Amino acid sequence: MSVNRKKLVVLFFLLVPFLSYTGLLYTDMPVTYNPEKKEEDAGKLVWQKYNCNACHQVYGLGGYLGPDLTNEYSLKGEEYIKAFLITGTGAMPQFHLTETETNFLLLFLKDIDASGMSDPKTFTRNYDGTIEQ
Amino acid sequence: MMEPLNSNTLSTSKLFIIAGLLLLAVGMLFGLTGALQYLVPDFIKQYLSFEKVRPLHVSSVVFWIIFAAMGSVLTFLQQYSGKEIFSPILLRIQFGIFTMSVLAILVSYCWGVFGGREYWEFHPVFALPLAIGWILFIVNFLKSLGSFQNLPVYVWMWLTGLFFFLFTFMESYLWLFPYFRNNIINDITIQWKSYGSMVGSWNMLIYGSSIFLMEKISGNKKYGHAPIAFLLYFTGLFNLMFNWGHHIYTLPTHAFVKHISYAVSMTELFILGRIIWQWKSSVSAARKHYHHTAYRFLMAADLWIFLTLLLAIAMSIPAINVYTHGTHITVAHTMGATIGINSFLLLAIAFDILKDSCMPFSKSLKWINRGYYMANVSLFIFWISLIMAGILKAKWQMSDAKIPFSTMMLQLRPYFILFFISGIALVSGFYLIIVPLLRNQAICYYRALSQKHVVKPHKISAMYTMD
Repeated sequence: MSVNRKKLVVLFFLLVPFLSYTGLLYTDMPVTYNPEKKEEDAGKLVWQKYNCNACHQVYGLGGYLGPDLTNEYSLKGEEYIKAFLITGTGAMPQFHLTETETNFLLLFLKDIDASGMSDPKTFTRNYDGTIEQ
Repeated sequence: MMEPLNSNTLSTSKLFIIAGLLLLAVGMLFGLTGALQYLVPDFIKQYLSFEKVRPLHVSSVVFWIIFAAMGSVLTFLQQYSGKEIFSPILLRIQFGIFTMSVLAILVSYCWGVFGGREYWEFHPVFALPLAIGWILFIVNFLKSLGSFQNLPVYVWMWLTGLFFFLFTFMESYLWLFPYFRNNIINDITIQWKSYGSMVGSWNMLIYGSSIFLMEKISGNKKYGHAPIAFLLYFTGLFNLMFNWGHHIYTLPTHAFVKHISYAVSMTELFILGRIIWQWKSSVSAARKHYHHTAYRFLMAADLWIFLTLLLAIAMSIPAINVYTHGTHITVAHTMGATIGINSFLLLAIAFDILKDSCMPFSKSLKWINRGYYMANVSLFIFWISLIMAGILKAKWQMSDAKIPFSTMMLQLRPYFILFFISGIALVSGFYLIIVPLLRNQAICYYRALSQKHVVKPHKISAMYTMD
């Protein structure tokens, strides 16, 4: 077997599992697709339109200037979030969201809240280095 | 025997490096502005609030890496094959597409136009020209490569980077389909699958070019075909494909994603072990080649690879990651990787590629050296300040006392001040390095213009000479 062919065989045995893994993830998503969640979906686009992720995190991913918003909906409530959206803060500008945008965004945050807990304290650390929630 | 190269396509390849350096210069200023907004939250808030400054910084520096990586591959490919690039027109179109797209992206941020996700915050319409530009890059690369027989490891790395970047870039836009976007868990899972591998893809381009450069400096052509080089390449590829899950250990996604990532990440210990094993020979090689400006940057990157890899391996253990995730320790890791590794490697490459200009760097060497030490020392302080801020935030995250977020941020303030001050020193150090590079190119360009002739094609006979 030539040197090049040996390397191609190794590449093949890496590519096949990679593509299978990718295909598996695409077809068997962690959460089943729900086409009825149109308003939550619109809320996600509002989140992206105003680049909220620049300052806020969801599940610990995003910016560091503001708090993680994963479970903010249940922790602080809708009115509290609405107040921040309307007035802004020292660092956060007033985005002048329309009422529809505000409602969609709130539904999106509610949906995130229902998806799980991001608080690291809720994880159990095992001796083999893994974690459980 | 290597054929002489026409300098026209090499000049276009150099333009990618020059454009990248300009983006770096601008991106660092946005970075400083963002760091200042941590201390003075309403600083220029009416004009450039943080949600604009952050993507301006991130996109500028990400495109510095992408432009310089493209420039290095295009230049070294021509030196490797001894031939001009297949299509100079495609090359110019590729450059034009990328330059115009990036300019439009930066302007759109200033106007508050977003629509994308973290790291690619620009409106998704800009993704299309970027993907087309990348496809042109792939076509030109494949057509210029010639024979596929007995390719050295750096060509394998370039090919891997080229195809995986395109794949992961397109994958990162699957959110455009509601099926992928509709649930936050699905969306984040696919987002970080693509991002984790995408970083690995541009690393393949940069590390491949760095290996090519090391061969040029040392004159030793054996490494490119050595079994250990391929073993490390396949380890890197294995990690590129499967270790992205460490970004989402705390996300309620498939458990197998996390287990696979944890197991695969541990193979990086092999790379870490090799760095430690090679330390002595690296130091003696450093002494031998220390007079090369390019080599010095490679050496600095070597040290940062060690520090960053150490942190990355620790963060790949879920039980440690649960503390560091969402804290500034993650930022420290990113800064170590993008500044300490990627930027230093790309600067080494930039010095090698841009040294063939109409004037030598000898007059600026003193300042470049000062910049080199300033950048390295300040980067270390910068890195430590982020780790310290991260440790405090981790402590706050794990604490049962309900201290408000704003109070915690005030406690982190001393480290943000240190971060900002060391950031100024870091940017100053980088400017001392990149200004001479850019000035030389500008002088040569205007000299050529004033002599009313375009730079004539010349034979690059000193292609493998040192600076």
